[in-house]
Order: sequence, then C-alpha cells, then structure tokens
Amino acid sequence: MSPSASPSTGPEISTVTLHNGLQIVVIPDHRTPVVTHMVWYRNGSADDPVGKSGIAHFLEHLMFKGTEKHTQGEFSDVVTALGGQENAFTSVDYTAYFQRIAREHLKTMMEFESDRMTGLVLTDEIVNPERDVVIEERRMRTDTDPGAQLGEAVSKALFTHHPYGTPIIGWMHEIETLNREDALAYYRRFYTPENAILIVAGDVTEDEVVHLAEATYGRIPSRGEAPKRVRPQEPEPRASRQVSLADPKVEQPSLQRYYLVPSYTTGKPGEAEALDVLVQILSAQGTGRLHRDLVMEQHCAVAAGAWYQSTAVDQSRLLLYAIPHPGVSLDTLEKALDGVIHDVITNGIEAKELARAKTRLIADTIYAQDSQASLARMYGASLATGSTVNDVKSWPEAIDAVSAESVQAAAKAWLERRRAVTGYLLKEEVAA
Amino acid sequence: MNDLTPKASLASRIQTVRSPGGIEAWLIEDYTVPLISLECAFLGGAAQDPAGKAGVASMLAGLLDEGAGPYDSTAFHERLDDFAIEVSFGSDRDGFSGHLRTLIRHKAEAFDMLKLALNEPRFDEEPLERVRAQLVASVLQDTNDPDAMANRAWFTTAFPGHPYGNPSRGSLETLAAITRDDLIDYKARILAHDTLKIAVVGAIDAASLSIELDKVFGPLPKQSRRVAIPRVTPQGVGTRKIIDLDIPQSSVRFGAAGISNDDPDWHVAIVLNQILGGGVFSSRLFREVREKRGLAYSVSSSIAPFDFAPLHMGGTSTKNERVAESLSIIEAEITSLAKDGPFDEELDVAKKYLTGSYLLRFDTSQKLASQLVQIQIDHLGQDYMDRRNGLIASVTREEAARVAKRLYGEGKLLVTIVGRPVGIDAVKA
Repeated sequence: MSPSASPSTGPEISTVTLHNGLQIVVIPDHRTPVVTHMVWYRNGSADDPVGKSGIAHFLEHLMFKGTEKHTQGEFSDVVTALGGQENAFTSVDYTAYFQRIAREHLKTMMEFESDRMTGLVLTDEIVNPERDVVIEERRMRTDTDPGAQLGEAVSKALFTHHPYGTPIIGWMHEIETLNREDALAYYRRFYTPENAILIVAGDVTEDEVVHLAEATYGRIPSRGEAPKRVRPQEPEPRASRQVSLADPKVEQPSLQRYYLVPSYTTGKPGEAEALDVLVQILSAQGTGRLHRDLVMEQHCAVAAGAWYQSTAVDQSRLLLYAIPHPGVSLDTLEKALDGVIHDVITNGIEAKELARAKTRLIADTIYAQDSQASLARMYGASLATGSTVNDVKSWPEAIDAVSAESVQAAAKAWLERRRAVTGYLLKEEVAA
Repeated sequence: MNDLTPKASLASRIQTVRSPGGIEAWLIEDYTVPLISLECAFLGGAAQDPAGKAGVASMLAGLLDEGAGPYDSTAFHERLDDFAIEVSFGSDRDGFSGHLRTLIRHKAEAFDMLKLALNEPRFDEEPLERVRAQLVASVLQDTNDPDAMANRAWFTTAFPGHPYGNPSRGSLETLAAITRDDLIDYKARILAHDTLKIAVVGAIDAASLSIELDKVFGPLPKQSRRVAIPRVTPQGVGTRKIIDLDIPQSSVRFGAAGISNDDPDWHVAIVLNQILGGGVFSSRLFREVREKRGLAYSVSSSIAPFDFAPLHMGGTSTKNERVAESLSIIEAEITSLAKDGPFDEELDVAKKYLTGSYLLRFDTSQKLASQLVQIQIDHLGQDYMDRRNGLIASVTREEAARVAKRLYGEGKLLVTIVGRPVGIDAVKA
C-alpha cells in the first residue's frame, strides 16, 4: 500500500510581516464563525537568566495583571463578557497567549493583546500573591508527585549544560526570589514586535487580519531587531547516566529513557523526519515495536511507548517509557527495552512498518485540519522554533520521502546509550 | 468598531437520518475537510457494573478494539493503522460511548471495523489479561495521587452501597474478579438499540450514512436489560474527612446535592456555577482564592448532572498551612451566593460568557458530533442549539437568587482533604 502524500488540500495558509517586524500567519476555517487569536513570543524557559529559573513562566502569569491603559482583570473581564475563552502557556522555547472568540470580536482582542505587548504595569501588591500562586502550581504539579520529581531529575541529567534541563516552572528556591524587577527586565527584553508571531485561525481572510493588525499591533514601534537567544549548548555526551527515585507513595514502578537527539531546527535534512517515523514505528498503539515485543511477546511490560519533542530550537529529547508487568524488575525490563532498540539498529525496519507509519503521520495532518486551534498551535510551535510556513506545509512530502535505511541510520546514530539517561521510579519500602 | 459581523447558527443544518432497519442518527454534512466523525452512546456505564465487579464497563471499553471478527488484536490494530482509522470506546458513570474517525477514502473499511468491534469482539485471552493488567497499573498509579484519593474518598463517603460509591475503573479486588463472561454479558445487556444515540459530522450524505447505520448497528439487540438504579442524595454532607498523606500541599474536594439536567431550573444552575467557580478567570472562587490571596493555582466548581444523583462539586490544592483559610473562603462564597444570590453585574457577565462561548464547543467535527449525541441523551430536541442561548439569557436575578438557595442550601458540604492540613480537623456527622 502506498501512502498518499499528494500535496495537502488543506486551507490556504499565508504569512505576512508588518513594517515593525511582527510576523502574521492566517489560517482560514470558515465552518464556524469563531477565531483563535494567538500571539507567540520566541522566548521560553530556556532563556531564563541564570539564577532566575521560572521567570518566563512567572511573567506569563503576570501578563494578566493590567497595563497603563487597562486595570488588572479588565482584559479577562472583556474576554469573558464577549463569550471568549483565553489562556497562555510557556514552553522551553516560547510563550504564547490566546483567545478563542466569536469572529466579530477579533479587533477588540487585538487591541488588548497589542496593548500588553508594551504597556504592562506591575506593583508588588500584584506580583507577590501571584508568586504564591506559582509556588502552589509547582507544589501541585511536582512536589506532591514522585513521578514528576523523577522526570525533573532525568531531564536535568540529560541536559548537563543546556537550560532545557531546568524545569519550565523553575526550581522552588529560585521561584521564591523572583520579583517585580526581574519580571519587567525580562519583559522589556523579549516582548517586542520583532520577537512575536501573530497567528489567527478561523473565520477570517488574510486581508481582514492584516487590516486589523496594522491598526493595532502596527502602532507598536519597531525595536530594530529581534532579541538574540544565547544559550550554552550541550557538549557531545560520553557517559550513559542512571537516575532513580524511590518514594513510599509509589505503588506502580516505571521506567523511562531519555535520549539527546536533533530537532527539526538542528537536524540535517531528513534527520528529524526519520526520528518522527522511528517513534511512530516504536510506539503506535497496538502495533508498535515496544508494544509488540515488551507487552505481547515477552510479557515484561503492561504498557510501553515513545515520544519525541521534534520542534525545538536546540538539540532535543526523545523518550521511551515502560510500565513493568507485576513481578518483573526494572533491570529486566530495561534489558528488554535495550533489545528492542538493538533490533532496529541491527536489523532495520520492515517495508510495511514504514508504510504504516507514514500513512498514520500523514493522515494526522488531515485530521489536524479539523481543528483550527490545533493548526494554530502546530504553526506557532514550528515557527517559534525556527521552521517556516513552507516547512510545515511540505511536511507530509518530507515524511513520505523517509526511507527504511534512514530510519535505521537515525536509530543507530541517536539511540546510543552514551546519549541517554535512564530513570527508575521505585517504591521505597518503609520499615514498619 | 468591529469590522466583522456574526453569522447564523447550526440547528438548521442537522438532518435526521433513519435507516431502513430503524436506526436513527443526526447528521451534519460538511465537506470542508475530507473526514467523517461518528459518535455514539448507550445508557449504562459503570453504574451497570455487576455487584463486586466494578470495572467491567471500563474493561469492555478497552477490549472492543482489541480484536474482532477475523482479526486478532494485532491484525485489528494493523488494519486501523493501514487505513489511518480511529476507533475507540469509553465509559463513564452513566454511559458507554463509541468514537470513529476516518478519512473519506477509507470510510468503507472504517464502518466495517466499527461494525466488527461492536458486534463481534473476540475477547481473546491475551488482550483480556493485558487490558486487565493495564487497568490494575492505572489503579496502582493513582493509589497515592492526592487528587485521585480525595475524589475516591468523596464518592465512597457520599454513596455507600450505591454504584456511584464504586470506583468506575474498578479496584484491585474487583478487577481480579472480572471474567470473560462478565464482559459478554455486560455487552449483551447494555449495547442495545433502545438507548442508542448516534451523531455524524463530516463528508457523507444521508443516503450513504443510512446504509452504513444498518450494517454497523443493525445486529445489536433491540432492548437493553439494565438494572434499576435508585436515585439517591449524597451522604455525609456537613462532614469533613482528612486522609493523611506526607505531601506539602493538600488536595481538597467539596460538594453536595445538585440539580438534574431535566429540571426546569437547570439553566439557572449553569449560570450560578459559572459565577461561583465555573469561569476560569472571572469566577468568585478564582478572584477570592487565587487572585487576591495567592492561596492556590487551581480552584473551581462544577455541576455534575449524574442520572441518579445530580451534584455540585469543586476542588482546590493549597499548601497545608493554608487549607483552613482556603476552605473558609470557599464556604463563605457558597453561603453568600445562597443567601443573597448573585450581583447584577456578575449575573450579566456570566450570561454573556455562556451565550457568547456556546459556539466554541463546536469547532471540530468530533466536538460537534459529541454535543449532538449529548443533546439526544438529554432529550432536548433538535432545536436546542437555537434555543439554548435564549434559556441562559432569560435567567433573571430573582430566579438566580431563588435557585441559589435551592442549589447551595445552607452551604453545607461534604469535604474530603488529602495531605497534612494544619489547624483543621475532621468533622463527623
């Protein structure tokens, strides 16, 4: 069966740059009279200054606190009263703000969002309780969850030098010291039109969006050039690493393995595509190699899978995980996991596995067209990490061009033990 | 100031498709994206699990796509992958649901796979034991998860001896007791025409869909055999349970009896919940607990119209030293809303939000299809999508004040706390 990679018949996606350097992407979807309005900034937790981990994420919270023109909560009140939904998120490489709302309110959203690109006002009375909110967020996500604590330790061990190893939310002792000046200094450095991408998906045309954007974002003066991201790069790894966490609260042990691998931005042509196909072959539900070998044939796991963070500015991570079958030790499971990877490296993959993986990955891009919010996020994440609109559009063809040999070569080059950290989550037995 | 003008709504686009065999579905034809989404649901869910066998519905949902007809588990999944078809099933407390998504060029294969899964599941030993082991692993993973623990404690306390008191996914004990016959029996009892609701959105016309409906759903039994489940109200309201766990932050669940979705006051309750804790950046709980005092990252409320015990519920996570303060603020807000009703302005904003955001629920084919199924389950009628905003907009302050008293009463709650909260004790009945 030959996967169809004919040029996608999806929406006419276009991109324009305003005179002040703001990039605009328009994704038409006229089925429902709503729009998704997003602004992405090309900075994330990996750009936090040393000793100020968590500042990108903290500032994301503080962006809801009002400007010279609008008091705290006013923007959110307007969004709510207009029947809109809003939120924001911070990643290692970007920070994004969005509203989903009826199409007729797009201009109002642009007025508020462009206003807070430069007009943020912060006082200690507002900053201090919000820092407590972030501290509670960290407690909720990490400090009450041994699995999340192990995840932080594995990431930190994988990225020995690069800031991708620092948690996005920050380390607790540094979050506790973040203040108003830190937030404003970071804000002034990164929140500029040249550093931003405006994405509007939904019931609009390019002309409408550009016209509205010129009247709102277009009024922000240019700063000359986009801020530079200067990040220490990861050295070539030499030593395989092991990390383990034992906690009395763990009732179900698990195994994870992270590899340092190229991203779409750092990889040679075809390399990240081959890794995407490899991960699909390893982890497809019910047919993937990890499932077939570890769960079905060797009965040493009850579930197993893989994931690849392919969109990233710098070298990124590919992870494998497995939950052991009762009575199987993590050592035994790890050996079996190594066996699966060794098999791909030595014997390669079958033609029908390759075809199946491509069919699935290419079909997913058609399914994605059903959701304007998903398309907006897909384009935002790619563009904020250095890809172009054309890269995203032609991705199905790039996936179709992946050969069995290149998948095997990618496994051989990147799934090496010296590039990896293995994490064990274990139950700590407490003496009665 | 706005250059873009709104467009018309969706109810008029719904077609009723009735197959020669008598299967009915709601269809919205749309050819923008070359795909078809089908959602279907049966009444039942975990509430219909046999006594001592909690988890049967969950396990069935996990097994219907693990081998059917001529295909064993591997062959079934390979076929789904070869044609990029998505078939999955789910169960909650009151219902059992099926989901299909396919590109139009593989629709014949897709409907065939759904037909096999619904009518000829194999329940082979290997996938049966594997799905059981996966459910066991997920139960183990949640054993000491604070949110999951608080939730379990809430439902066990509120519903002793009632199916709602059982864990929907089962426990280690009940999962071990489930047999292949239990799954076959549950499927035969619950997956039947009389409670089946179907909605389809995408690139297919009524005539083609009609033929597929008979193929896929025709062979199912006409009548379900459901066990009668008593309508109950949650027990333990007015009490507080504390479950010790060595963590720096406590997880809190609270709730009491609510209003069912066939009650004439249902739409008023939706507005009230929006005001209390339904709105992400605008509710009373968000303002008082998070924004003003920084007590928590997450705090919210909901109304849960379970078929046999409607509830209003909520939760938060806050550091152990501030649990008492957080809870007293939450209780004060609930009491004040019950006593005085909402302010004009917050009522107005809540109504505007709920009406203005209604369309956002339909921005993908799957979301639209699942809303169409829900409207059928709730017997709201095909014109509901056009009527619903009017029902919300017409809620008056007097009505809201009356229903707030009814919904929140004297503000009494069943509270469960997991952690090591400081300065707060358990309260017994």
